[in-house]
Amino acid sequence: MNPLESFELAIKNILASKLRALLTMLGIIIGVTAVILIVGLGNGVKVYMTEQFSSLGVNTLTVTVTGRGATSSRRLTVDNMYDIVAKNQDCLDKVSPIVRMTGPVKIGNETSSTTSVSGVSEDYFDIVQYSVVSGRGIEYSDIAMRDYVCVVGSYIAKEWFSGNALGQTIKVGGSYLTVIGVLGEEAESESGSTDDSIFVPYSTAIRLSSTGTVANYTVTIRDVAKASESKQVVQTALYEIFQNERYYSVRSMGEMLNTMTSMINIIVTVLSIIAGISLVVGGIGIMNIMLVSVTERTKEIGIRKALGAKERYILTQFVIEAATTSAIAGIIGIGLGYGLSAIATKIIQPMLGAKLTVAPTFGSALMAFSISAAIGIIFGFLPARKAAALNPIDALRNE
Amino acid sequence: MMEALIEFRNVSKYYTMGDTVVKAADDISFKIYKGEFVAIVGQSGSGKSTCMNIIGCLDVPTSGVYLLNGRNVGEMNKNELSEIRNAMVGFIFQQYNLLPRFNILENVEIPLMYAGVSKSERRRRAREALENVGLGSKTKNLPNQLSGGQQQRVSIARALVGKPSLILADEPTGALDSKTGVEVMALFQNLHKAGHTIVLITHNNEIAADAQRIIRLEDGRVVYDGPASGDTASHNVFSSGRRKADESAGIL
Repeated sequence: MNPLESFELAIKNILASKLRALLTMLGIIIGVTAVILIVGLGNGVKVYMTEQFSSLGVNTLTVTVTGRGATSSRRLTVDNMYDIVAKNQDCLDKVSPIVRMTGPVKIGNETSSTTSVSGVSEDYFDIVQYSVVSGRGIEYSDIAMRDYVCVVGSYIAKEWFSGNALGQTIKVGGSYLTVIGVLGEEAESESGSTDDSIFVPYSTAIRLSSTGTVANYTVTIRDVAKASESKQVVQTALYEIFQNERYYSVRSMGEMLNTMTSMINIIVTVLSIIAGISLVVGGIGIMNIMLVSVTERTKEIGIRKALGAKERYILTQFVIEAATTSAIAGIIGIGLGYGLSAIATKIIQPMLGAKLTVAPTFGSALMAFSISAAIGIIFGFLPARKAAALNPIDALRNE
Repeated sequence: MMEALIEFRNVSKYYTMGDTVVKAADDISFKIYKGEFVAIVGQSGSGKSTCMNIIGCLDVPTSGVYLLNGRNVGEMNKNELSEIRNAMVGFIFQQYNLLPRFNILENVEIPLMYAGVSKSERRRRAREALENVGLGSKTKNLPNQLSGGQQQRVSIARALVGKPSLILADEPTGALDSKTGVEVMALFQNLHKAGHTIVLITHNNEIAADAQRIIRLEDGRVVYDGPASGDTASHNVFSSGRRKADESAGIL
């Protein structure tokens, strides 16, 4: 008698009393469905949040230096910052100084008050993942030579130069800059948006705005999962320079995302455990019905024993029957969980106006199935042992 | 002389019921040889069921030795008892004891399943066993779709399918009308002629008279052991049976 035959027998016995089997399975079905839904919802929220944060740059650190003043011996030069990144290439990748320029931007006779001007390094467009659609981006030679060049956003190219910006000049802070490149559309090409920006070599920006130091840097990290550690590396390096943590700050979107993700994970785990209690209750239901089944089938057990069934055959048969019952319940629960997840997505998206998808994971389905099968085995064992231990004479006499 | 298939040596079985000890079998000794057709006869409470349980390896004696084919059953563990039941004993019960949710082919297959016979081989042998009792056309029927006599023939097929050394029948005609009972007994006669060893447990003297030899029990003791023709009690009606049995016991 092999396990497959025990399984066939189990299916036969379950089908013999469908309503009872279904009611027995209910606890497990509800538990599994709830776990799948909760994990799916948590997963959906995580994906949604990651997407939202990604647009803010989860793999970047924003370094702001207030410093002790240009005359202090403890100050951070652009070279210092490049050194910090170069020394920590295991976690830090690229860096770009950000020099915000104020003052009017003039094109021809017109002045724009919404346009922002930033001085950046040759890596900046890589860091923020902007694409240059015509001309070229800022190059190292531009920075070294402090060239009077600029790269403009799509809004400026379209609205001010009617798409013909290359080679034209823009007057910023009293100096004329030649347009060498145009960026692709990043926002909606509106005034005041990213597309209404001008980027110049940071060295040029320093000269034009006559500031001695650079106050802002964007640094990319290699691994978002290690956002906190990477942030710590930069902080430590900055502390060595300033000896006081009040003169700089390092912000990490990745770290915030990681913190929120781990909070969501905790919430999902706690909720799953609560839903999992229903699995235990369902397991007890299975045990109960298996005990009833043993009592009802005492005669059958007696006959089987008289015909030569060993205790372990009877034990295996009842355990497999319990496990099959709960595994089937698990499969139904997984199906329901996926179905309800799809329905929940359809309801939530218009209700919250967010692209939130309730996405159950394969892992949670696999785990739910294994747990429910294990529950069947665990809770089926006691009734099965009771059946196996029946004295064949008493069992045969039973009517 | 050939070795006995069944040998009871001073077999006793005691049950404790509250403070009193019930001697269900009290110092019983006999031998049954291969090919014999023996009826163990007695009123209820005579100890015949206890004897049947011990012979069928469903129970072990409190004291004494039971040898089945030379092996001491009293020293066996539960697993070995299961194996012995499966391989050596074919049970036939008064209430047929077929599994109601399985068709009769599946019912007959059960002993082979526990013997580890492959599925196709099981099917073939079970079908053959059912054909031998004249039910080859009804293999897909559930037990309750058959008459009592047919069900008992299924249980006989089930008892024979594993080719056991011993057929142990407990009141096989008890639930049947007299005509069907006679048919079933005729089947036993045929099995006997074919060389099977049959032990029949009954309270019915008429049925017992079909056997070759009778072992009569009373109060857990053997009161007669000999050819059916010599058991005066079996030729009489129940009311006088007990006295006659006592007499025959005295003669012996």
